[in-house]
Amino acid sequence: MTDRMVRALDRITRVRGVRGAMLVAATDGLLVAETAMEGVRTAAAAALSAALVARLGRATAASGAGVPTFVHVEAERGALLAVPAGDDILLVTIADPEVNVGLARLEMLRAVEEVG
Amino acid sequence: MTRTRVVESWLRGPLERFVRETGARLVLLLTPAGQVLAQFGFTRAIDVMSAAALASGIAASTGELARMLDEREFRALNHQSRRHGIFLARFGTPRGPLLGLVVYGPDSSVGLVQLFFEELAADLAAAAPPAPPRAPLLGQDFERDLNESLASLFR
Repeated sequence: MTDRMVRALDRITRVRGVRGAMLVAATDGLLVAETAMEGVRTAAAAALSAALVARLGRATAASGAGVPTFVHVEAERGALLAVPAGDDILLVTIADPEVNVGLARLEMLRAVEEVG
Repeated sequence: MTRTRVVESWLRGPLERFVRETGARLVLLLTPAGQVLAQFGFTRAIDVMSAAALASGIAASTGELARMLDEREFRALNHQSRRHGIFLARFGTPRGPLLGLVVYGPDSSVGLVQLFFEELAADLAAAAPPAPPRAPLLGQDFERDLNESLASLFR
């Protein structure tokens, strides 16, 4: 992992309620870099998030909305956030339900600038 | 019409789940010797036989390379091309080691295939009945077993 990636992911995981952040190869669904709490299945989350964002991309394109720029999935016990982070890379964040999504999103966008 | 064919019924559930989760186009489950136990997506026996022979040969070659490099074995191989990916991995069951060959398209990914292949291997290991006592392997038995497998895969 390069220092830039570590710094970018650390910035996100400092937000209260964030359980993990990772850079994912969008086409392959493989982990590029990760920072996560113990027990977070990052490889599984990476593969499934990449597949989810690819499907959402088809849905938004078909509806004329273009490419997704921010994905927020709220679930029973947490949330999944994703933003494109350059060529074929996704930045994915896993968080608790009480996370401040606005703050997490801001830090994710700053991280994308740093990585990009 | 189902596109999944199995020689033994314990293979069906885990294989169908794997195909559903990954969107794989073709799947073969076989022994390291090349005997096919289950397949998804193939329509011709000749393709199954060729793919099984090639997968078995690749696994044997990489196994030998691993031995030369003092590795235990290569767990998985992935070939990525423009439109398709080919994933080949070995896993253990109470019935002995098996190989899985998966061909996937752009609507899937190596990450998804890897993830759900681990689950497939665990499901098959849990579902496999104990291995029957081994009889000496004769040429005529191998040919009969091969023909029976192919017949049940394309009934």
